[in-house]
Amino acid sequence: MTMQTQTSAQPAPGIASRLKGSALSSRAIGPILLGLYLCFQMLPIYWLVRMSLMQPGDIMSSSAFLPTAPSFDNYRTIFTDPAWYMSYVNSLSYVALNVVITLSVALPAAYAFSRYKFIGDKHVFFWLFTNRMAPPAVFLLPFFQLYSAVGLFDTPLAVALAHCLFNVPLAVWILEGFMSGVPREIDETAYVDGYSFPRFFLTVFLPLVRAGIGVTAFFCFMFSWVELLLAKTLTSIEAKPIVVAMTRTVSASGLDWGLLAAAGVLTILPGAAVIYFVRNYIAKGFALGRV
Amino acid sequence: MTFEINNIGCKVGGETWLEDVTLSFEPGNLYVLLGRTGAGKTSLLRVAAGLQRPDRGTLVHNGTDLTGMPVRRRDIAFVYQQFVNYPSFTVYDNIAAPLRRKGMDRAALDAKVRTAARMVRIDHLLDRLPQNLSGGQQQRLAIARALVKEAGVLLLDEPLVNLDYKLREELRADLRRIFRGGEATVVYSTTEPDEALQMGGTTIVMDEGRVIQVGPAAEVHANPCSTKVAEIFYDPPMNVIRCSVSGSMIEFAGIRTALPRHMQGSVPGSCLLGVPPHRIRPAASREAEDLCGRVSLCEVDGSGTFVHFEHGGHEWVMKRDGVHPQPTGSECRVTIDPAGCFLFDASGQLLATPGSRQSEAA
Repeated sequence: MTMQTQTSAQPAPGIASRLKGSALSSRAIGPILLGLYLCFQMLPIYWLVRMSLMQPGDIMSSSAFLPTAPSFDNYRTIFTDPAWYMSYVNSLSYVALNVVITLSVALPAAYAFSRYKFIGDKHVFFWLFTNRMAPPAVFLLPFFQLYSAVGLFDTPLAVALAHCLFNVPLAVWILEGFMSGVPREIDETAYVDGYSFPRFFLTVFLPLVRAGIGVTAFFCFMFSWVELLLAKTLTSIEAKPIVVAMTRTVSASGLDWGLLAAAGVLTILPGAAVIYFVRNYIAKGFALGRV
Repeated sequence: MTFEINNIGCKVGGETWLEDVTLSFEPGNLYVLLGRTGAGKTSLLRVAAGLQRPDRGTLVHNGTDLTGMPVRRRDIAFVYQQFVNYPSFTVYDNIAAPLRRKGMDRAALDAKVRTAARMVRIDHLLDRLPQNLSGGQQQRLAIARALVKEAGVLLLDEPLVNLDYKLREELRADLRRIFRGGEATVVYSTTEPDEALQMGGTTIVMDEGRVIQVGPAAEVHANPCSTKVAEIFYDPPMNVIRCSVSGSMIEFAGIRTALPRHMQGSVPGSCLLGVPPHRIRPAASREAEDLCGRVSLCEVDGSGTFVHFEHGGHEWVMKRDGVHPQPTGSECRVTIDPAGCFLFDASGQLLATPGSRQSEAA
């Protein structure tokens, strides 16, 4: 009896170890693939950082993986030359303005879409989203003409307003999803408890959709930060944003690769910082809050 | 000082949710709305609270017409069947919210919040957020928030339905204790006959958007005015079968027997007999007056057995004390004592109740 059990038990460890081996290799494939993907993804960014630490002459002559004679001269130039750093200030100011305007318009709109039924509500909601389908170039000429006429041309406000064109619809969509996730009974309870609408909205409701507000602010920030065409057309000297400063430097003072690369690195940083803060909500944001 | 609902009608998308509901609520009393799901209980409470606008009719509280008044100016409190609290407020702030809106000073507010919390036994949880409470505690919190307002009308929409059995019993006992001392008009809705009986007060039976009977709980239970009420107010529902009364005899389900005392004097003809499930008994010996059916389902709970059986194309339910499992398909011999049965006319209106004549005789 014991003999039998021993003989029948013996092959088991072999099978187990073989199973374990294959499980190990399949478990290793994932990280390897992901690692490779990450390398390919990060390579251009690494190259940008490498270039930003080198002098123009070295960039053209060396193809070493590590930067030769690294220095922060390029960054120093950017932080000391007003033409450079003011363009960052300009960019940040119109992006911040845009986020503020977009949220203050989209929050009440999204609440209305999520809570009330009115004639054509679904059509208006969809129409809002179709605004994102039109290329911004279509609106270039009217915006340029209009802003010149009312004296908004070459101000951060001009760009901020123009970017509302595509940010407000997106914000309404995302916020509507988050708001519909809040039970209507909470609104009703607040009214029963004696809350007025503004007080309820600000003190009870907004804290419940703050994740949605964060995600929305991130998306508005991102789209406004990377947009080039409207920003370039609606500004000239005073409100020149960083993306425009970079393209203009190329044509004006020859090709200062190192300086351009440093500016590029500094342009990526704010986006990366904002992504870090909303990292837990991004997936929900991409699903427009409808998870 | 009454709260009146006059001729309220409410239609949503072509469907009638409430039809011509007229009720009057006295302060300090408890009213239990009893009805099945979809009977219009929630709609009625929502209309009473002002959360839903009625198509017709008026609401009057202490002589003032409330019909068009915004919800926040009304003197009401509302508890949902879902646990609705302010998720971003602590328990303390949740309870304090209605008082803060009234502009109460800090010391008085603190005392009231603590009293309300103690009343529903959550005074040790004041610093927590609602999401860190159990279901029962969340509902206690919602009730505390409704109580602290000291509103003239307190509306509770099936507040215990989402709780498990033990918690429900516990909270129901607490609610009975809280309501007993109050001066508010309490309107409480439920689908469960037992709960309506336990809560006591005035029972309002609703069906398909109409009020079909109003009266003290025990009285309505003893005298259901129609077969509909009998079905709603008995769990399991009362067996309703055709019968015919002729002279001093009654005939039902193939059985012909003497007309019991309480039914005497009813007009001969075709009627409906309401047989409460606990009035059906297993036959002691083989007699001609037995009913012989086939068991289709047998449910056993801790202290009783529900035997569903089929006889003469009708589904019957018998309730027996004690545990008596019976296999499906087996034969089931029962006797029915007409002395314990209700008599309804052909349209379902009550003609005779078993209790009435007996109590008169005694």
